[in-house]
Amino acid sequence: MEEKVIICNDLTKQFGDFYAVNKISFDVYKGEVFGFLGANGAGKTTAMRILCGLSYPTSGKASVAGFDVYKQQESIKKNIGYMSQKFSLYENLTVSENIEFFGGIYGVERSEISMRRTDLIERLGLEKEVNKMVGELPLGWKQKLAFSVAIFHQPRIVFLDEPTGGVDPVTRRQFWDMIYEAAAGGITVFVTTHYMDEAEYCNRISIMVDGRIEALDTPENLKKNYSASSMDEVFYQLARGAKRSDN
Amino acid sequence: MKQLFVFIRKEFYHVFRDKRTLLIMFGLPIAQILLFGYAITSEVKNSHISISDNSRDANTEQLINKIKSSSYFIVDETSLSEQEIENTLKRGNVRCVLVFPPNFGNNLLHSGKAQIQIIADGSDPNTAKTLINYLTAIIADYQQEISPAAVLPYVIVPETRMLYNEEGNGSLNFIPGVMALILMIVCTALTAVAVVKEKELGTMEVLLVSPFKPIFVLISKAVPYLVLSLANFTLIVLLAVFVLNVEIKGSILLLFLVSTLFIITCLSFGLLISNVTSSQQTALLLSIMGMMIPTLIFTGFMFPIENMPWVFQVISNIVPSRWYFLIIKSVMLKGLGFAYIWKEVLVLIVMTLALLGVALKNFKIRLE
Ligand SMILES: Nc1ncnc2c1ncn2[C@@H]1O[C@H](COP(=O)(O)OP(=O)(O)O)[C@@H](O)[C@H]1O
Ligand SMILES: [Mg+2]
Repeated sequence: MEEKVIICNDLTKQFGDFYAVNKISFDVYKGEVFGFLGANGAGKTTAMRILCGLSYPTSGKASVAGFDVYKQQESIKKNIGYMSQKFSLYENLTVSENIEFFGGIYGVERSEISMRRTDLIERLGLEKEVNKMVGELPLGWKQKLAFSVAIFHQPRIVFLDEPTGGVDPVTRRQFWDMIYEAAAGGITVFVTTHYMDEAEYCNRISIMVDGRIEALDTPENLKKNYSASSMDEVFYQLARGAKRSDN
Repeated sequence: MKQLFVFIRKEFYHVFRDKRTLLIMFGLPIAQILLFGYAITSEVKNSHISISDNSRDANTEQLINKIKSSSYFIVDETSLSEQEIENTLKRGNVRCVLVFPPNFGNNLLHSGKAQIQIIADGSDPNTAKTLINYLTAIIADYQQEISPAAVLPYVIVPETRMLYNEEGNGSLNFIPGVMALILMIVCTALTAVAVVKEKELGTMEVLLVSPFKPIFVLISKAVPYLVLSLANFTLIVLLAVFVLNVEIKGSILLLFLVSTLFIITCLSFGLLISNVTSSQQTALLLSIMGMMIPTLIFTGFMFPIENMPWVFQVISNIVPSRWYFLIIKSVMLKGLGFAYIWKEVLVLIVMTLALLGVALKNFKIRLE
C-alpha cells in the first residue's frame, strides 16, 4: 500500500451559512501529482488554505504529512511548501535576495542556501539576472522562480495555487517539467488549476463543483467513465450544473 | 534567531529601496521645523499661578483679589517663600509666580513707586508671554484705580523674568512637539503600512505558511523603523541645537531612553492598526486619525490643554504623545532628571504594554 500524505474526510468550511467547501473527502499519495480542479469560486483556495494551516476547517477531518490540521498546524508548516494564488516573491528584492530570504526563514543553513542557490540559478538559466530585482523579470520566469523558492527547503509536499495563471503555453510546459522533476525527487505535488489541458499532466485529479468534489480519478478513467475525448469535455459535463462562478 | 536576522535584513532592504518613504521620513522633520519655527500664539484661560507675598499689606491683598477675580487666573497659593518658587514652577502646574517684595505697600504709598516681579515658566514661551501680558495689564489697571486724581499717580514697575528660557525662544516649545509628531508619523504610519503591504501583496500568506513565528514577523517589521526613528530623532535634536540654538538642559541619555520608549509605543500602535486593516490606504488613514491628529490637538504644543473644555482635557490623558511631550519638555528644556518624570514614564510604559498586548493577541487571531 502506498503512503498517504494527505487525508481528507468530510472536510467543510463555512463562511456564515455559506459552504465554501462542502464535505470533501480524498487522499493524496506520496510522490503523486494531484490535480485539484474546479471553476473559479469552487472552493479550491479555501480547501488548500486549510491544508496549509492558514485557516481552521468548520468540521470534518484532515491530516497533512501525518499531522492534524486542527492541532498540529506548526508541524504541518515544517513539512510543506506553498505557492499562493497571488505572486508571492518580493519584487523589490533581487533574485538572489529572495532565495536567501525564503531559504533563511525556513531555517536552511547558510552554506546550504548558497550551494542550492547556485544550482538553482543555473537550472533556471538566470545567471545574468541574479542581481536584478524580481519585479523586472517576465511573468513566466517569476512563476518558475516562485515555484523553485517554494520547494527550496525540500518540503515533503508542495501546494501550488493556480501556478500557471496568465502564463504563456511554452512557459507552462516548462513549468510542468519542473513539477515532474520535483515529483520524481519525492515531493508530493498538490496543484489547483482551471486549465483542463494541464489536468492531463496529473496522476490523479479531483473536480470540484460548488464546494463539493464531484469526481476523482486518473484522467484516463475519467474520460472513459464520462465517454469524453478530452478532460475539457468531462469538466463541462460536471460543471454544467454549477451555480457559483466568479466570472 | 538566525531566521529573525534574515527577516530584519530583508526589511532594511525594503526601507532603503523605497526612496519616497525615506524622503518623507527625513524631509518631514526639516519641513516641520521650518514650519513650526514661527511662534504660534494662543489664548490662555484659568492658568494656575502662585504668589509670593513678602509684604502682606492692604495693597498686596487688593491686587491679589483683583487677580483672583479675573477669569484668566487661578491663584493656588499666596504665601510662597522665595525658595519654593523654582520648585513650584518645575512641577509644571503653575506657569507663573508673582513676587511682592517686602514693604510693597509702604513704598507705593510713601514714595509713589513700588516694584513687583513676575517669574514665568519660559519653556512654553507663548503661554508665558501671554500670562505676563495679562498680569501686567491687571497691575496697570490696579495702579489706575488707586491713583488719586490730580496728584502724581502711583507707579508699579513690573519686572518680568522667564525661567528656563530666558530669551523666550519660541522654538523651544514646538521642538518637543515636532519630535512627538515625527516619531508618531514614522513609527505608527510607516510600520502599519509596511505590514499591511505584505497582506496586499499576498506575501503575508507565504510567511504565515512558513514555520517562521508570526510574532517574529511583527518584530522584524518593527526593528528597522525603530532604528530609523532613532536616527530621525537624532536629526531633530541636531537641527534643534545647531539651527534653532536650543540648549539641551537635561541628560541626553535620558532623552534617548524615553524617546525609545515612545517609539515603541508608536510601533505598537502601528502594529495594532495593521491588524485591523488590509489596505495600505486604510492603514495610513487610521494612523493619521488615530495618532497624528490627536498628537496635534491633545499634546498641548499647539493649544494649551488647560484652555480646553474638560472633556478634551480628559481625552488628552489617553493620548501617548501628551505624556511624551511633557517628558521631553521637562528633560530637554528644564533639565529635570528621572525623579521628576517617572510618573509620565510609567504612564507610557503601561500604554505601550497594553497596545502591544492587544496587537500581538489580534495578530494570532488573524491566523484563525
Ligand atoms: N473569507 C471568506 N469569507 C467569505 N467568503 C469567502 C471567503 N473566502 C472565500 N470565500 C468564498 O468562498 C468561495 C470559494 O472561494 P475560493 O476557495 O477562493 O475559490 P477558488 O479558489 O476555487 O476560485 C467563493 O465564493 C468565495 O467568495
Ligand atoms: Mg482560488
